[in-house]
Amino acid sequence: MPVKRADKTPMPVREPEMRARDFEEVNEGYCFSHAMFEAERCLRCQDPVCIDGCPVRVPIADFMHAVAAGDMHKASEILRTANPLAAICGRVCPQEAQCEMKCHMTKRFGPVAIGHLERYVSDWEMAQPLNDEVAKPWRDEKVAIIGSGPSGLVCAGELARLGYHVTVYEALHAPGGVLRYGIPEFRLPNSILDWEIASLERLGVEFVNNVIIGKTIKLDDLFSEMGYSAAFIGTGAGLPKFMGIPGESLNGVYSANEFLTRINLMQAFEFPQAETPLKVGGRVAVIGSGNTAMDAVRSALRLGAEHAMVVYRRSENEMTARIEEYEHAIEEGVEFHWLTNPIEVLGEDGWVTGLKCMRMELGEPDDSGRARPVPIEGSEFVFPVDNVVLSIGTRPNPLLSRATPGLKTHSWGGLLVDERQVETSVHRVYAGGDAVTGAATVILAAGAGKKAAEAIHSDLTADTA
Amino acid sequence: MVKILEKCQLTPITKLYRVDAPLIAKAARAGQFVIVRVREGGERIPLTITDYDAEQGVITIVVQEVGATTRRLAELEVGDHILDMVGPLGEAPDIPSGGHIVGVGGGYGSAALLCLMRELSDRGEKTTIVMGAREKDLLILADELGEICDHVEICTDDGSAGFKGFVTERLQEMIDGSPPGRPDYVIAIGPMPMMRAVEKTTAAAGIDTTASLDPLMIDGTGMCGGCRVTVGGEVKFACVDGPFFDAHEVDFDEAVSRSKMYVKEEQKAAACQRSAREVA
Ligand SMILES: Cc1cc2nc3c(=O)[nH]c(=O)nc-3n(C[C@H](O)[C@H](O)[C@H](O)COP(=O)(O)OP(=O)(O)OC[C@H]3O[C@@H](n4cnc5c(N)ncnc54)[C@H](O)[C@@H]3O)c2cc1C
Ligand SMILES: Cc1cc2nc3c(=O)[nH]c(=O)nc-3n(C[C@H](O)[C@H](O)[C@H](O)COP(=O)(O)OP(=O)(O)OC[C@H]3O[C@@H](n4cnc5c(N)ncnc54)[C@H](O)[C@@H]3O)c2cc1C
Ligand code: SF4
Ligand code: SF4
Ligand code: FES
Repeated sequence: MPVKRADKTPMPVREPEMRARDFEEVNEGYCFSHAMFEAERCLRCQDPVCIDGCPVRVPIADFMHAVAAGDMHKASEILRTANPLAAICGRVCPQEAQCEMKCHMTKRFGPVAIGHLERYVSDWEMAQPLNDEVAKPWRDEKVAIIGSGPSGLVCAGELARLGYHVTVYEALHAPGGVLRYGIPEFRLPNSILDWEIASLERLGVEFVNNVIIGKTIKLDDLFSEMGYSAAFIGTGAGLPKFMGIPGESLNGVYSANEFLTRINLMQAFEFPQAETPLKVGGRVAVIGSGNTAMDAVRSALRLGAEHAMVVYRRSENEMTARIEEYEHAIEEGVEFHWLTNPIEVLGEDGWVTGLKCMRMELGEPDDSGRARPVPIEGSEFVFPVDNVVLSIGTRPNPLLSRATPGLKTHSWGGLLVDERQVETSVHRVYAGGDAVTGAATVILAAGAGKKAAEAIHSDLTADTA
Repeated sequence: MVKILEKCQLTPITKLYRVDAPLIAKAARAGQFVIVRVREGGERIPLTITDYDAEQGVITIVVQEVGATTRRLAELEVGDHILDMVGPLGEAPDIPSGGHIVGVGGGYGSAALLCLMRELSDRGEKTTIVMGAREKDLLILADELGEICDHVEICTDDGSAGFKGFVTERLQEMIDGSPPGRPDYVIAIGPMPMMRAVEKTTAAAGIDTTASLDPLMIDGTGMCGGCRVTVGGEVKFACVDGPFFDAHEVDFDEAVSRSKMYVKEEQKAAACQRSAREVA
């Protein structure tokens, strides 16, 4: 007799009418009974395939076991050993395409809410009192981390645990990479990121903001003058693409990076107390369908747009955003225009007034295996809009590679790495995350940071042997 | 945090600071800039590296008060700290050798030309600076530039010092043969309308000209695209591809329009700052 199993425990959320007006977190998090109930749903499978869906192989079954037993201390230890950024990944991993997709429960009852439970346990951990002792590095070697996104943070933490002197250099005035300037507070509060950074500081990691490697300090100088034994490049893929259509430089057109940076890094939502302005009119069109597009369009709503719309040339099936963000966006009143391709931004007196688009239909699959959108002849029409936000992807930033002749890249800008997938063309300079793969995910970046730390440790150990 | 070591008032609205920034001073090259943030919640604004001393670990910046952030910065005194400073940003310009090189500066632009012109003079070029201001009291660093350049041509709108008229009028005279003679290469730094006028003047005479564009910026690392300008029909990011561009290729109409994007907000920020001050 099959046991009757309940559906996935829903995440408590704030009411759409309320939350779409402010930047407070949308998800409220499980309470203890939710967590116990949900952990009980896990079958503790003999073949826990869920783990194959996780890029850092969190031992999910063991973790569930600890949660179900109410041993949050043990659960958090299991989690943190595998994934140093669990509080963040529980919130932003595309679970439906990773761990939860593989889960045996998924087909019949809906997956075990692995992400929600990771969030629950991490939030529990963050609520525990801290000892504010700072660990002292015990090895002689120093390692420089370039960029403080998830790949850099994880690499730094792993190396500090191994006893290295670790310094994280960040170009901006605050650490975190996309976690700081890209993903908004309503999905990932800065306080969570701050807690993660504070824990790294307690491990002995030193953070230096306002330093651009390649500009302020040359990569070579880290070795020759400053005595570092190795460096890790986690500079991300922050260079925004533009479409190359007429009107893109009109006032009121933003890259999603600029739009979100003004909000998240510069707190434009507190203007004029915070001094960085942002122009958000009544009608905002965001072009693209990834997480960045969802973040931008939902931020536009929160800043007062009456019509916040997503315009995408493919269909809903090809959308790349996390499913939860898409559902939240619909609940909040975001309008979706699928199979619609922008061909021109229209303007008057230098300001955006409209977005001219063509209707599309899906044709044969293209190189990426997705159905190719084909324009429908004569279907041009205009959306009247006040803002256009371009969220059509980013590329690795060439700043460091341009300044460092020996550092080789692919033609699309990604850093070349060796067969181990960690070391660049410069000896003892490693790389990982979006700078190597192109725009990807937090957990892939975190995994790359971890892998690089292991390689750095083994190479430096071999060097000194 | 960057400590202010020296402060000097150049005009009622212009301050010069020497600040303790050893890494920037060591890496800096003439024509590059920094981005600063003065307080928590404050804007990030670009400022040219007016001068740098790698040995002492000091850089010089000159700030002209135009709005909320520059005003806040101008209030800082010796011993105070600037919250954040990152740099050096942008690329140093590639100025061809041989010939008469003329720097044209307006507003903070004359200061921004200081170490660039010195480098060119040291390289053995014939150098002239044409500097303009509304009136005599608003001229900055004329003496310092005088020591560096072969010739200094001062222009004031009201004729209170030097030539009476715009820098472009004096430039035109030089092009027409008036001493110190026709420029072979022009570098323009100053308000957008001035740079545009210089470009018009030199275009007609077929003289190569570079302009240091000053669009709105945030990160200064190529991450936001807010600083984009159209040059020769191509979109460029001024913070990483510039700030110097071939002036004859720049779409100035677009650049001017984009620089006015937040005029209303800038007034609001300034008003907010004033009312906060009155309460205090
Ligand atoms: C808006 C947005 C939403 C997203 N949402 C999700 C999501 O929900 N789930 C998910 O899994 N992924 C999401 N992603 C993708 C994810 O954030 C990235 O894949 C991830 O952050 C990449 O990490 P990283 O360590 O490679 O670099 P980044 O996070 O890009 O950080 C790189 C850092 O390096 C700094 N830097 C660059 N050059 C230098 C230099 N020369 N010297 C010093 N510092 C330098 C940069 O300033 C930056 O802080 C999102 C991305 C965006 C933009
Ligand atoms: C590469 C570069 C180098 C610069 N070097 C210097 C320098 O050495 N010294 C100096 O005093 N200023 C310099 N500027 C200009 C300076 O960045 C602006 O004056 C400053 O951002 C204004 O900020 P605010 O908050 O005080 O004024 P806001 O309230 O933001 O603006 C007030 C007025 O200034 C104008 N303005 C705003 N931003 C800019 C800008 N980026 N450029 C020109 N005008 C602007 C506005 O249109 C408005 O009319 C430079 C700009 C760039 C891009
Ligand atoms: S880290 Fe992400 S993919 Fe891995 S188990 Fe956790 S939520 Fe799933
Ligand atoms: S596959 Fe699903 S049910 Fe099985 S152990 Fe993993 S999370 Fe639990
Ligand atoms: S200032 Fe952001 S890209 Fe230039």
